[in-house]
Amino acid sequence: MRYFLNRLGFLILSLWAAVTLNFILPRLMPGNPAQAMIAKQAGNINPSALKAIEQELGLSNGPLYQQYFQYLGNLLTGHWGSSFQYFPTSVVSIISNSLPWTIILLGVVTIIAVVVGTLVGILIAWRRGGTADNVIPIVTMFGQAIPSFWLGLICIYFFGFIHHWFPMAHGSGDDVTQGYNLPFITSAIYHSILPAFVVFVGSISGWIIGMRNNMMTTLGEDYVVFAEAKGVPTRRLIFSYAARNALLPQLTSIAIALSSIIGGQILIEQVFSYPGIGYGLTNAVSSEDYPLIQGMFLIIAVTALVINFIVDMLYGRLDPRVRRRGATS
Amino acid sequence: MADNKPVLEIEDLSVAYVTGSGLVHAVNDVNLKVYPNEIVGLIGESGSGKSTMAYTIMRLLKGDAVVTKGRVKILGQDVYQLSKKELRQFRWSKMAMVFQSAMSALNPVMTVETQILDALLSHRKDMTKEQARARARELMELVRIDPKHLKSYPHELSGGMRQRVVIAIAIALNPALVIMDEPTTALDVVVQRSILDEIRKIQQEVGFAILFVSHDFSLVAELASRVAIMYAGRIIEVTPSDLLHLQEKHHPYTEGLLKAIPELTAEDVTIQGIGGYPPDLQDLPSGCAFHPRCPYATDICRRVRPEKLAVGDKLIECHLFSEKELVSHV
Repeated sequence: MRYFLNRLGFLILSLWAAVTLNFILPRLMPGNPAQAMIAKQAGNINPSALKAIEQELGLSNGPLYQQYFQYLGNLLTGHWGSSFQYFPTSVVSIISNSLPWTIILLGVVTIIAVVVGTLVGILIAWRRGGTADNVIPIVTMFGQAIPSFWLGLICIYFFGFIHHWFPMAHGSGDDVTQGYNLPFITSAIYHSILPAFVVFVGSISGWIIGMRNNMMTTLGEDYVVFAEAKGVPTRRLIFSYAARNALLPQLTSIAIALSSIIGGQILIEQVFSYPGIGYGLTNAVSSEDYPLIQGMFLIIAVTALVINFIVDMLYGRLDPRVRRRGATS
Repeated sequence: MADNKPVLEIEDLSVAYVTGSGLVHAVNDVNLKVYPNEIVGLIGESGSGKSTMAYTIMRLLKGDAVVTKGRVKILGQDVYQLSKKELRQFRWSKMAMVFQSAMSALNPVMTVETQILDALLSHRKDMTKEQARARARELMELVRIDPKHLKSYPHELSGGMRQRVVIAIAIALNPALVIMDEPTTALDVVVQRSILDEIRKIQQEVGFAILFVSHDFSLVAELASRVAIMYAGRIIEVTPSDLLHLQEKHHPYTEGLLKAIPELTAEDVTIQGIGGYPPDLQDLPSGCAFHPRCPYATDICRRVRPEKLAVGDKLIECHLFSEKELVSHV
């Protein structure tokens, strides 16, 4: 419980820091978003219109602390401003449109890659020196060495353009309406297969090799030999004694991989014109859409922190030593 | 003792490691018997093959170590004739082992209780979880740890307590033989002492044979009833421990070891070491492996390997005794 509160306190503190940084950084830039927007309109806006836009965007020239509290209030009530690019669509609605695409595509792929990679790593380490151990790491490493955007382009060309097996772009077909209906879901899954495959190929090797190497170390530990000697069944020996310990260092990598999901696979989403956060972020940056960039950064930072918190909790569950150290520190 | 059937019989055992430059023998033509309820010490310096022997008896040799010759029998059963499945049942119920490293022999992410239960339930299919829990409590009391520590994780216990837990796991199934591979090396002297007293007490209470592997000469001499001394993979002397003093005739290596023990009560302490270095197992000296370091070495020692001879109650592998002692004994 103390460990939990400790971690929770840390989460709140770092959330506050992220939010505050997100407030300060844009204000360090010269000008303000309204001026940037007017500059885009080539200055054809009169001062009263500027005032109106400033209000619309939630800008004020009040003292910083006032702005800060206003910003915090807006943040909590979901008023994150409006996008320039898609003015006057609100940032929140843009993000909430693109977030599910990224989370579902990359979340599912990452979880599959972690589970499959870890299991394969455990098994080839157990049968060390076997055929699978000699072949799989090399083949998957080859997959990781291929730049994913290039593999993506090749896949689009070969499976999309030449053979028409898979769609070449977008998250779903034009003929379906988004929502919880079967045609849309099938179409979305169909569209996600190629990008999912590319992400999977690019990341699986890391999980296999990482887990395999951790397992090798753990299998040499005395407690594994001791457990083998005392007659523990093989399955339990592999999973409860060896893999359970080998998994602990992997958790950190899993946390990093999960937090980077929200940042999106920018290149992959770009190549497949996939309507996720990564694609949105590139568009926002190239069109200097500050509120949208700010909103996306905030979402990315917050998710990363929350996922880290969850993994910390998981760590505490899996490793009794961490639980105690955390509680006493 | 002699009319008892031995618990452990090692016959002409040789174990080698496969290396790039061929086989390197760590254990060479070893013969040893351990009888019920007997504590036998196995002494040797680092690299003399004593730990390899312990792992060989348990059939726990890994990867590149192979038994090239001989047999290991526990209660008459050749350990290397068992199928993998039979071995899993046989090991621990008939023979168990306490590992060298108290600190790392327990799984850090499992409670002590789970690790004791694993040993029990893997072998006793008829045992219920409740019975196993009761047995675990009993074992903890036997090794003098408060049973409340059953719920503890290894890192919450001291080194001495961890080694007691390991001992509890080793004797969980009432094995006939427990091999202890330097069970106290990782502990400080005070804890060492209490663990040794504990081992002796439990051994008398429960009744099992111990093969105690160590490099600590005086410690083993005190604990064991017989001591086997290993040098370069061979047992060069087996002797009752009450004969382990300089008034008795010993192998020159044993003699060297005895001279190296400081006497706390002596007026002026003179410690004599053994000159030279332990032999390179890849390139053993000809004849008797000890001859380059032996103060009594003669020509024959360089050429011919000595046979094992009975010298009184002792078995000694040395040319010094071959002519005169043989005559007096036959």
